[in-house]
Amino acid sequence: MTFLTMRQRRFLGLFFKYLVIIVGAVFVLFPIYEMIATSLKLEVDAFKIPPKWIFTPTLSNYTEVLFESNFFLYFMNSVIVALTATVGSVAIGALAGYGLARWQFRGKNSVIVGTLLLRMIPPVILVVPVFVLFNRIGMTSGRVGLILIYIALTLPFNIWVLRTFILELPKELEESAIIDGCNDLTVFTRIVLPLVAPGMSVAGIFTFRIAWNEFILSLVLTNRTTRTLPVAVSLFLTDTGTEWGKITAIATIIAVPAFIFTFTAAKSLIMGLTAGAVKG
Amino acid sequence: MTHSVQAGRKTRNAYLFLLPAALVLGAVLLVPIFNGLRLSFFEWPLRSISKPPVFVGLRNYGELLRSEYFRASVRATLIFTFSVVAIELVVGTILALLLEGEIPGLRFFRTLYVLPIMIAPVVVGVVWRFMYHPSYGKINYFLGQLGIEPIGWLSDPNVAMKAVIIADVWQWTPFVFLLVLAGLQGVPKDLTEASRVDGANYIQTLIWVKLPFISSVLGLTAVLRLIDSFRSLVVIFNMTFGGPGVTTEVLSLHLYKTAFISQRLGMSSAIAVILLLLIFALSFVLVIRGVKGEQK
Repeated sequence: MTFLTMRQRRFLGLFFKYLVIIVGAVFVLFPIYEMIATSLKLEVDAFKIPPKWIFTPTLSNYTEVLFESNFFLYFMNSVIVALTATVGSVAIGALAGYGLARWQFRGKNSVIVGTLLLRMIPPVILVVPVFVLFNRIGMTSGRVGLILIYIALTLPFNIWVLRTFILELPKELEESAIIDGCNDLTVFTRIVLPLVAPGMSVAGIFTFRIAWNEFILSLVLTNRTTRTLPVAVSLFLTDTGTEWGKITAIATIIAVPAFIFTFTAAKSLIMGLTAGAVKG
Repeated sequence: MTHSVQAGRKTRNAYLFLLPAALVLGAVLLVPIFNGLRLSFFEWPLRSISKPPVFVGLRNYGELLRSEYFRASVRATLIFTFSVVAIELVVGTILALLLEGEIPGLRFFRTLYVLPIMIAPVVVGVVWRFMYHPSYGKINYFLGQLGIEPIGWLSDPNVAMKAVIIADVWQWTPFVFLLVLAGLQGVPKDLTEASRVDGANYIQTLIWVKLPFISSVLGLTAVLRLIDSFRSLVVIFNMTFGGPGVTTEVLSLHLYKTAFISQRLGMSSAIAVILLLLIFALSFVLVIRGVKGEQK
């Protein structure tokens, strides 16, 4: 290395870094490419060995999936459940986050610790007791129950993220608003909410991701008409086994929000993922 | 002035702001968890769910301790958890160290690396199941190009766990990479430059300056990944459903199967209690740090 000039060394270093990045990207992207490519292939092409790398893409898997009567129903179930849970959880989380950020009261620290612990609860632990509970009150196989669970599962994270964002706002704005005659609720809706919009987008994306992707509770708590997409694709996998074109088509459709969020809101995502770990 | 404004904000209002969250968390998380704890002392077959459960005291727990099946599941969980966390931490940290600093275009690639984390676990399971397919999966095809015999990734009891671990490493190494990279960006430039000026080489700077600085991020990432992989379920559910045999049947899958295949709701609740206690024990580290962060 010593006979290289500074510039050559820098060039070599950069070259090496790009090599690592590109090899990493190939590993990360290949399974995703394989999913999308298979969904665009005819069945005969999907199973060719050696693989047909160059093929004429077809949407036939998608049209078949879309016109299979139940797909649209499952898709709408997923959309309704995920959107309602997101709105509900972010709204309730913002209220609670504000309460925890701006008031001092006895037991506040235990509430915060409790919230952190609740965040770690694995959904599978709720499967049996919630199944029993819903069975008793006749709520199994309804969408309302699923929405409530998703709100509860995501609330701890949202309370915590939104509280962190609210803590960073200057108190003076709220204080002068109170002097101007606002009450606590109008201070919250007119002053605080608009200012924590970035926090709400982090919370919203994470809630939507969990509600849209969730599998095990939906598997146990829904029936033929209220099923969501992740359950549908899983049952498709065990029922047909070999129709990989259609299976990867549904899988790709499930992944669409993930693509959209990744490419439009990468900054919020990275912020949400690293929240707590880096900032502490 | 500030004092009077504070006094005007009644504590009662704080409770009102917290009320909706308390109701939802209480009704949908706390009450069911409490009921699950109670249920773990009962015998209650799924098919006679209309009849009342029968109290059996600690029998479910006693049976678990003696069960070979349960022990196999604990073993599978430990192998899975410690393998993925170790591999992801090492690979993710090395990648972050290699790629730190200003590299034109890195931002775009960092964005790409977020994709696996965002994609639904069901989809990850489905895609990897296809890639591992013995006859038309791409992995065996690539290995064949290198002259390696086809591997029964998901059917060979000696390989299935490795297959599941690889899929998890694919999905979560980017997470470690992103956290460590964020941690490295917090290392003050003066510090690394000063150590350079003092004659330290790259390895010395790394060990004595950078690693101590990011050690808390590393520790936290490790705990987060431990908790998450400990409760991991959906990818394995859709890739192997615990098979072949019980080689990949981790605790959360064992819990599910006990409830809905063996149809023993009480026994399943006992497994849930054990899983929850283990996860809370792991989470404790996080909570303590969280509270410390509050006090700063």
